[in-house]
Amino acid sequence: QAQTTGSVSGRVLDEKNTGIPGATVLVEGTSLGVSSDVDGSFRIANIPAGPQTIVLTFVGYNATRRPVTIVAGQNTTVSASLTVNATELGEAVVIGYGTQRRQDVTGAITTVTAKDFVQGQITNPEQLIQGKVAGVQITTAGGAPGGATTIRIRGGSSLNASNDPLIVIDGVPVDNSAVSGAANPLSLINPNDIETYTVLKDASATAIYGSRASNGVILITTKKGNVGDKLTVNLVSNTSLAARYNSVPVLSADEFRATVQAVAPQQAKLLGTGNTNWQNQIFRTAMTYDNNVSLAGAVGKLPFRASIGNLEQQGILKTDGLIRNTGSLSLNPVLLDNHLRVNLNVKGTWTDNNFGDTGAIGSALAFDPTQNVFSDNANYSNYFQYLQGNGTPQQNVPTNPVATLMLQRNRSTVKRSIGNVQLDYKLHFLPDLHANVNLGYDVTRATGTNLIDARSAGSYFNTPLDPANTTARGGSYNYYSQQRNNKLLETYLNYTKAFGETSRLELLAGYSYQDFVTTAPAYANYLGDATTVRTLAASNPFRTQYTIISYYGRANLTLNNRYIFTGTLRNDASSRFSPSNRNALFPAASFAWRIKDEAFLKDNSTFADLKLRLGYGVTGQQDVVAAAGSDYPYIQRYFLNVPTAQYQLGGIYYTPYSPLGFNSNLKWESTATYNAGLDFGFFNNRLTASADVYYRKTTDLLAVIPIPGEINYTNRLISNVGSLENKGVEFNLIGTAIQGERLNWTLNANATYNVNKILSLGPQAPDFQGIENTVVAGGVGTNIGNYSVGSPSSSFYAYQQVYGPDGKPIDGVYTDINGDGKIDSNDRRIYKQSAPKVLLGFGSNLSYNRVSLAFSLRANLGNYAYNNVNSNLGNYQGIVGSSNFVSNVVRDANNTGFLNSSQARYSSDYYIQNASFLRMDNATLGYNVGKVLNGKGSLRLSAAVQNVFVATKYTGLDPEIPNGVDNNVYPRPRTYTFGLNLSI
Amino acid sequence: CNKDLDRTPTYDLSTDAVFKDAAGYRAVAAKAYSGFAVTGPNGPDASTGDILGIDQGTSDYVRQLWSAQELTTDEAVIQWGDPGVQDWHNMNWTSSGVLIQGLYSRILYEITLCNGFLAEATDDKLAARGITGTDLTDIKAFRAEVRFLRALAYYHAMDLYGNPPFAIETDPIGGTTPPKQTTRAALFTYLESELKAIDADLLAPSQSASQYGRANKAAAWTLLAKMYLNAQVYTGTARYADCLTYAAKVIDTGGYSLQTAATGKATAYARNFLTDNYASPEIIFPIVFDGKKTQTYGGTTFLTHAAVSGTSDANWNPAKYGIGGGWGGVRTTPKLYQQFADTASDTRGKFVTGGQTLDVVSQTNFNNGYVPIKFKNVSSAGAAGADATFVDTDYPMFRLADVYLMYAEAAVRTGTNLPQALAYVNLVRARAYKNTTAGNITAAALTTDFLLNERSRELYWEGTRRTDLIRYGRFTSGSYLWPWKGGVAAGTSVPDTRSLFPIPSSDLSVNPNLVQNPGY
Repeated sequence: QAQTTGSVSGRVLDEKNTGIPGATVLVEGTSLGVSSDVDGSFRIANIPAGPQTIVLTFVGYNATRRPVTIVAGQNTTVSASLTVNATELGEAVVIGYGTQRRQDVTGAITTVTAKDFVQGQITNPEQLIQGKVAGVQITTAGGAPGGATTIRIRGGSSLNASNDPLIVIDGVPVDNSAVSGAANPLSLINPNDIETYTVLKDASATAIYGSRASNGVILITTKKGNVGDKLTVNLVSNTSLAARYNSVPVLSADEFRATVQAVAPQQAKLLGTGNTNWQNQIFRTAMTYDNNVSLAGAVGKLPFRASIGNLEQQGILKTDGLIRNTGSLSLNPVLLDNHLRVNLNVKGTWTDNNFGDTGAIGSALAFDPTQNVFSDNANYSNYFQYLQGNGTPQQNVPTNPVATLMLQRNRSTVKRSIGNVQLDYKLHFLPDLHANVNLGYDVTRATGTNLIDARSAGSYFNTPLDPANTTARGGSYNYYSQQRNNKLLETYLNYTKAFGETSRLELLAGYSYQDFVTTAPAYANYLGDATTVRTLAASNPFRTQYTIISYYGRANLTLNNRYIFTGTLRNDASSRFSPSNRNALFPAASFAWRIKDEAFLKDNSTFADLKLRLGYGVTGQQDVVAAAGSDYPYIQRYFLNVPTAQYQLGGIYYTPYSPLGFNSNLKWESTATYNAGLDFGFFNNRLTASADVYYRKTTDLLAVIPIPGEINYTNRLISNVGSLENKGVEFNLIGTAIQGERLNWTLNANATYNVNKILSLGPQAPDFQGIENTVVAGGVGTNIGNYSVGSPSSSFYAYQQVYGPDGKPIDGVYTDINGDGKIDSNDRRIYKQSAPKVLLGFGSNLSYNRVSLAFSLRANLGNYAYNNVNSNLGNYQGIVGSSNFVSNVVRDANNTGFLNSSQARYSSDYYIQNASFLRMDNATLGYNVGKVLNGKGSLRLSAAVQNVFVATKYTGLDPEIPNGVDNNVYPRPRTYTFGLNLSI
Repeated sequence: CNKDLDRTPTYDLSTDAVFKDAAGYRAVAAKAYSGFAVTGPNGPDASTGDILGIDQGTSDYVRQLWSAQELTTDEAVIQWGDPGVQDWHNMNWTSSGVLIQGLYSRILYEITLCNGFLAEATDDKLAARGITGTDLTDIKAFRAEVRFLRALAYYHAMDLYGNPPFAIETDPIGGTTPPKQTTRAALFTYLESELKAIDADLLAPSQSASQYGRANKAAAWTLLAKMYLNAQVYTGTARYADCLTYAAKVIDTGGYSLQTAATGKATAYARNFLTDNYASPEIIFPIVFDGKKTQTYGGTTFLTHAAVSGTSDANWNPAKYGIGGGWGGVRTTPKLYQQFADTASDTRGKFVTGGQTLDVVSQTNFNNGYVPIKFKNVSSAGAAGADATFVDTDYPMFRLADVYLMYAEAAVRTGTNLPQALAYVNLVRARAYKNTTAGNITAAALTTDFLLNERSRELYWEGTRRTDLIRYGRFTSGSYLWPWKGGVAAGTSVPDTRSLFPIPSSDLSVNPNLVQNPGY
């Protein structure tokens, strides 16, 4: 019998000629239809011969109709590029192990793409989305190039285990633990290579990552080339100038002279004759040059992108700087008749760091402004230092901050490469089934040296190990190196089956093996001459390893395009726990209801979209290393003491073996999350919004708690004890206020409210005050934080200051909180918190013809900071405390008037200040020059200001402080960037 | 692949790997010794040490023991404000105080270290691991020494906290069952039998350098003498006769003698507190420090630095102490200074007075209070120690002069052997008075009051004062006052319950077997 039917195949492409997965392809007037697969290709068989119309639709794109003539027994090819219809509902969203149409997403997921990234000079990739995502708080430690960053998603779910999210780059979960010689391991990624950020926030989205998902997951996708694209060279060049815009308010030299005369005239003899602003002496205006070139497109059927980047960034602290060279290559060909997709990514980074000694920042505040920077004493490299009568430096006195910087050379070289090859094979005999294999690595090599010049006064008294060597002295020289070799193997099967036009089922099952090895050889320490041994190398080099093996599965069921069910299950086994506690199962389930597609709303013109999402899931936390100090917290271990902790018996120096505390019962911490969200679209999706409420409860909390004496080799042990909750609300709003031929204005806003509370910390005596944490500088052993049941984990713990009738604090006088008639350490109480209760973000992008103006604002509300600068220097101790030098004070000293202040002041709530703030992170003026080079290229110019202003009541330098203790903070400069983006 | 989940540490060792030979046993025994000296396996500058929740340098055994025994008395005040540090002198410590907790945890940690070693050093395990011959004899001696170290730690727990939790080597480590609480009297009985039981295995007293630092029979006898001298306090029953017996054992068979030779740079007395005090014939049991190899911010490093002003000036020259600069903090009350009728002829009464006031008007003014000169980082020849920060000097936990004075006190209290007692006291006095009889006392002057004062003159800043004042009933009562006793400038009495420190609330919370000491 002759065939009467034919088939049609092709690809559904977007405006960039990238395949659109999940697009609906229908033969008009029939029930024949399919969804396009991952690369946008489709094939429909059994179409009656004759003229037909193929309708290609995808949410967010304009539907396209293509008339075709089907010939019996033959295949007809149809491909179409769909045009965007201004909404983003249909875009493919990267999720764990795959992609999903936005309309099918059931969890709390936020995507930020390159066009919405924060502009200006961005050194660390996470800064690209600072303030852009509800529920995500990104705080830099300060203004150091490539400095550390704290990322918190929906508050921290742990106390002592890590609160950092899992970061996955192109499918490789990366090691985010500290790298020797790099303040921030993420700074080893070039932000210019990043295409999208996807933040998975609730458990229904993250549970597929199981034991590492409790604090959210950030998926980073880098830029790729596309089939059919012509080769394009893209040059991005930014030149920036960063300058300090404020100073810690210390006294000027003349004010200081007057204050010393007034407070302690007998100390005036210690004053110098100079007039030095030490903050001006240690900081500078810093330049940054950031140049990136990429070549992207396709050579024949091989799409690729290659890029190189060079960043040279000076820190505003003198001698501080970062040089980063990056290269990346991605190849993503489709082979074997479109059955095998290959995704190859290789990224390499070489950074050279020069670390300025940030201790100089603190000492610049306190150093006597009446002293000059230089002296004529060449012994100390002509820097002024406090000397004894015999010409040797005094100890335990402030050291000249400029000398601290200039006589130290602290350098590191860190090389990191992350790469993977991912093969996605669509089975020939069963095209609905894909097999995916992902092999990846993350390798780091770090070396560093820290040389303190022998002429440095602070290390003058360093002496050789060998007592017989009486000539060498002073300075120090350390060498260190670290190697990390992490590898990944993941493999999964993905089965997709469409039922009619509107229902489909997707099943995923996978296996993952990830192994992390870190080694660091031990080296001796030397004096500043770099040859004389000061302390011996430890006999044991450092090596640690851990492994996670996982099985996971997911089912997505879409019914009638309206009811979407997702279930995930992951089993993780971590080598960090004993065999009996090693395995844990993390389930999650979620449901979405596309209400808009219901009959009763279909014709409603107010709502362009309305979707309800409900989710529940359990995630885990196994990153106990920071708290346990080891990857082997359950094993009884003996640590060989370092060479400075030997003990001599009978004339023999023994190197003791120290038994370490261990918890053989240690297991996962688990967090159960409930999430409910609504997604709205109004006015034809010109305004989209989402709102989420969540409740997260962490049980078997990994906390370092006191344990009974005499049962272990420690007094505090990492244990599974107690519980903690976070609950909150998030809003996200994106709107197009004006949409026209020439004038366009888009706005986005987000808001987060999070409440954190410790529910239990195990058994407690009635007068147990909690577990103190967060050491402050200045008072040895003073903790300003306290983990206490019923309070947020970021709570402060302080005395209540008593004020005089003049409104000024009275030195050493505090309220008898517990009313026992005496003031002691039990009169401290929980007071305020350092974590913000509310996070706000706001962005605006206005363009008219070729000119655009964008800015972004960010606010934290309800967060308090401990002003450690004031508690240290806001009194006259610096003037009266020594008979040999005076040190500067901050202006608050003239307010408090504290003279012989006791160190109890370090625990006074007077220093805990409201640190809510509104910051304009960025304002960018862009001009699109358009075609240049005889129409061969296009050029865009931009001028950006970062850190435009900060509005706050906080009296310190900057209210934005990661752990709430303001001390020695590297000032965040204001940065002016001129940028050029040329495409050829 | 699931085998890959059985990751084990590559460089840290398991119990079996450590105790595979005699060298491993010695290394762990050395850990038990070093528990009194260093603060953690990673050295003094690591971010954390053995004891958590307290500054690492502060957590040193000797530094904390010294603080509890000296800062609480008329012999020492500290002009710092670290949390809890003023509580010692003001006698207003609380059960949640970080220092109360830190000292307690350090002592209990030391006991646990010893228990851990002893559990692996049973005869059966030694045999099973093939340790024989001279190794076996040596490890058995170490085993007895570790039992002594445990007894010493328990003695401190008994003296300071009264009724600590009690575990020995048969109690498992690493479990979750909290230990039972013992009583002061029961612990006394246990320690008495324990110290007698190890006598056979301990090394004989010796002046040999090849035994220096190891606890020998004389160390155990001295500890027994200390326990018996204070037995009335610990058990309610006086045991002065037993004190006499054991003090006499140390004196008669220990082979120790007072250091009586002065050098051009140091008096005979001072030589017990200098970098070469390992050569002193009177130190019975030292805690051994070394500026390069046994580093800590506690121990004699603390004792030396804390008594030296932070910066050099007309009155202070840190180089004289063999250090780069002091930490300026520990001073004394007028009471100690006034113990010395004549600081010129009594070589023990050395104070820095220039720039300092005698009276301690304020506890935050570094210039208040004279400063005794005792521990230094220089040798008796005047040479500086190997390191300008970490001090070489050993801490004399027990020394012969203390035993002489214990003997004398037990003799006076029992009215026996008085001539011998007088002779011993005058040995101590003569050494102090440059080997003359200028300071000798008569039999009539040999009273308990005299001996309390003499102990202060001879043993100030050596960690015995609090125990001595309690034994004399003068620690808490109004019968003897010193500046800022009880937190009042003129001094005041405090409740008798302050003679014991409270069990820290952190341990009470997690160990339901514990009952708080009265008054807290």
